[in-house]
Amino acid sequence: MIVQISNWIIPLLLLTVFLHGTYKRVPTYETFVEGGKEGVKMAISLLPFLLGMIVSISIFRASGALDAFVNVIEPLLAIFNVPPEIVPQALTRPISGTASLSIATDLIRSEGPDSFIGRLASTMQGSTDTTLYVLTVYFGAIGIKKMGDALKVGLLADLIGIIASLIVCYLLFGS
Amino acid sequence: MVNIIWVGLAVIGIIYAFFNGTIEEVNEVIFKSAEEAVALTISLISVLVFWLGIMRIAENSGLLNSLAQLFKPLFTRLFPDIPADHPAMGYILSNVSANLFGLGNAATPLGIKAMHEMKGLNGDSEVASRSMITFLAINTSSVTLVPTTMIAIRMRYDSISPTDIVISTILATLVSSIGAILIDRFFYYRRKRRQAV
Repeated sequence: MIVQISNWIIPLLLLTVFLHGTYKRVPTYETFVEGGKEGVKMAISLLPFLLGMIVSISIFRASGALDAFVNVIEPLLAIFNVPPEIVPQALTRPISGTASLSIATDLIRSEGPDSFIGRLASTMQGSTDTTLYVLTVYFGAIGIKKMGDALKVGLLADLIGIIASLIVCYLLFGS
Repeated sequence: MVNIIWVGLAVIGIIYAFFNGTIEEVNEVIFKSAEEAVALTISLISVLVFWLGIMRIAENSGLLNSLAQLFKPLFTRLFPDIPADHPAMGYILSNVSANLFGLGNAATPLGIKAMHEMKGLNGDSEVASRSMITFLAINTSSVTLVPTTMIAIRMRYDSISPTDIVISTILATLVSSIGAILIDRFFYYRRKRRQAV
């Protein structure tokens, strides 16, 4: 059921965009190509960020340090039914988008994209943004020196996002 | 902060490998994972090009704009300090609808413009205003409809159903956005109470 709805969203969105664009007489194909060029630039500019992070995380995992860390926190998290594998990603999510994306990728690769952890990692990565980055960019750009409660609000929102991802994934995908 | 995470992970890993006797595995993984990262980026290109192309059509046809208008009644309530027809509101709405479709690059400049307008409304003060904090809360909880990057990564690792996380992501994002707004309100009223005392 859930999978079915998920499968419909993108094709329906596509249909809407195509029909609306044609109706509004947008040169659809040329516009598509124009926007697509930006996608190439985006992916290429992401490469060094992603590569650096993935190498670093792979070292951490291959050394056995990641497993040791997961083993240490496991008893504590078992109380709350939180899979310990997800913790490194949850911890880095508000701080660095590429770090958490690399960890998510690592989890998807090692646990499988259709495993519970794989789906949880995907959901968690997609459902919150990097608070520290958003804060730095926006407040930095307009010269705000006193950010008031902004950091607290942002970090608490991330916590809710992480908990929400967990609950939603348990409900939809089981464990 | 990113520097500490990046170096920290590698340094802890290498030192741990010395004691754990896994230095061989570490040595092997360094170049293998770099190669893997390149392959991953290449596979990201497919989804990014397609999606950004489609979204450019939605932008030019005015579809994103009409969507923004749909949210207007809700947002005038979320930002009581901003007059409904003030340019700040327009930028906030475009920023949110750009984020909704995963257009992070388009959303950022719009968000900065929104912030500029809000600073103007706040008498050019260097202190974050109520509206700014609300705007940040909404932005960091990231309302997303289509998590393109995650779909691409799932495809790359042979998921039988790469898009089945769309619904879970939307639900999680919805809960976290509502949560962010509530937390923001809570802190606002706490600030107000403290000022009153």
